[in-house]
Amino acid sequence: MIDRRGRSAWMLLFVVPVLFLVALLIGRFGLRIGDAFRALFGVGEVDDVVRALVLRVRLPRALAAVCIGANLAVVGAAFQGLFRNPLVDSRILGVSSGAAFGAALALLLSAGTFGLQASAFLFALVAVGFVLLIGLRFGTAPLILVVGGILVSAFFNALLGLVKYVADPLSSLPAITYWLLGGLSDARWATVLPLLGITVAGLAFFLAIRWRLNVLTLGENEAASLGVRVSGLRTAVLCVGTLMIASSVAVGGIIGWIGLVVPHLARAWVGPDHGRLLPTALGLGAVTLLILDGVARTALPSEIPLGVLTGLFGAPAFLLLLLRFLRSRGETR
Amino acid sequence: MTRLEARDLSFAYQRGFPVLQDVTLSIDEGEVLFVLGANGSGKTTLLDCLAGLRQPQSGDVLIDGEAIDRLSAAERAKRIGLVPQMHEPVFEYTVGDVVLMGRAPHLGLFARPGRADREAVERALEAVGLRDLRTRIYTEISGGERQLALIARGLAQGAACLLMDEPAAHLDPRYQAEVFQAVSRLSADGFSFVVTSHQPNSALLYADRAAFLVEGQLSDDGRPSEAITSESLEAAYGMEFELVKDASGSRAILPLVRRN
Repeated sequence: MIDRRGRSAWMLLFVVPVLFLVALLIGRFGLRIGDAFRALFGVGEVDDVVRALVLRVRLPRALAAVCIGANLAVVGAAFQGLFRNPLVDSRILGVSSGAAFGAALALLLSAGTFGLQASAFLFALVAVGFVLLIGLRFGTAPLILVVGGILVSAFFNALLGLVKYVADPLSSLPAITYWLLGGLSDARWATVLPLLGITVAGLAFFLAIRWRLNVLTLGENEAASLGVRVSGLRTAVLCVGTLMIASSVAVGGIIGWIGLVVPHLARAWVGPDHGRLLPTALGLGAVTLLILDGVARTALPSEIPLGVLTGLFGAPAFLLLLLRFLRSRGETR
Repeated sequence: MTRLEARDLSFAYQRGFPVLQDVTLSIDEGEVLFVLGANGSGKTTLLDCLAGLRQPQSGDVLIDGEAIDRLSAAERAKRIGLVPQMHEPVFEYTVGDVVLMGRAPHLGLFARPGRADREAVERALEAVGLRDLRTRIYTEISGGERQLALIARGLAQGAACLLMDEPAAHLDPRYQAEVFQAVSRLSADGFSFVVTSHQPNSALLYADRAAFLVEGQLSDDGRPSEAITSESLEAAYGMEFELVKDASGSRAILPLVRRN
């Protein structure tokens, strides 16, 4: 195997701001860098339309991309460690099925953008809440949580099916279908600000405890023998992670693959030590979603759903990682 | 001086099905105690109770004279190290990363290991002779090297008392010898060991004391040459054994198997 000691991903610290700026410039209506700066910092003469475009549309959208990408990747990496299973992704606890039902219900009742995102957030929490209640009753062992996630997902998927069945096939049904494909076109300050707050607090928590997550990957008994209070730490990770994912799904809809593939890319880059893994996943998640959202906005005359793009990017990326893994096994064994 | 002591320990996973019954044992500084017994006799449960991971229904465990249920989890981990059976971590940590995790009880929830912790890892690897393997991937080294790395992790914890669960179960004879020689070396420096094993021969070679765990009860606690007899072996494993001695006085145990 490769020695990963010297590797670090500090370059992401520079890549993220650059891509963020690019995200403000590109789109149906191309901007010059000077105009974007003037609009951002409120200096000099700038057209009102340009200012509104930068401040009210592209800035919240780019922030949402950074927050959602970072959240999905960091929580995905942490959950993979917690569940001791590299195939887990950040939505293992049924977050997206709850959010999908909440969003569909809001669309059925024509609740408006804010109502839609609030409802998605609340039902995401309700779904995971059920899983955690099952965990409280029967223990938070990974197997029980995974089974709980499957049960709760099945239940909310059935409810979603019911909403789709009664939805108007000409108006609300297509809206539900479109929302389920994911996308950031509805990112507005009213919901991006709460997302930003939860993201900053949640990422701070995960970065603070990141070394300890290594010990949790050893399993319950061994971690306890090393003096770690496993159930308390595990519950904290699950709750904070759930808030981050629920707020992300509420704004961005169902965006798959990021929470599974980006942690693996980060692990292939800097190794499994969460001390380096989590910051790398954070940066890589933000970069990935900034790029994919840029493509979603500019590649075709009309917007491409983000969930479609993450699948198109994620599946081949995962295949490449798998091949790389199998090849390294072939060489070493 | 007594390091670890268990008094009248009783444990059951289910009421009415005791796994341990009134187990009393003690080990001194620098002593190596082998607990022998059949599969399912309660050896792993005993170690879990001694490490404070399971709460016995009755009885006490004392480390350096203090009851372990009075100590915080971190304080306990600084004094008692558990060396689990061979395990395969899900992720490809380096040997250094794995040993570094032994520093967890010394670090606060939000802390990351610093230079002092890395030096402790270095010393621990040195003590088991694995210094050159620090940057190797833990899942790619041999089973014997992993056992040594886990002992090093216990040393990095700062534990003077190490509980080893079947350390030799998957090892070839050479690595068994290497692991147990490391144990003997460390015990000469004052470290105490409780080792569970199916292998009475290892106990004859490396134990200061041996005892049998039979259906949850500890018996025949004493010097290996006295504790390990054909009678005590038959009681523990439910089959016959023959003890052989060579001219120099070394003993070995042979299972008596009838061949047709």
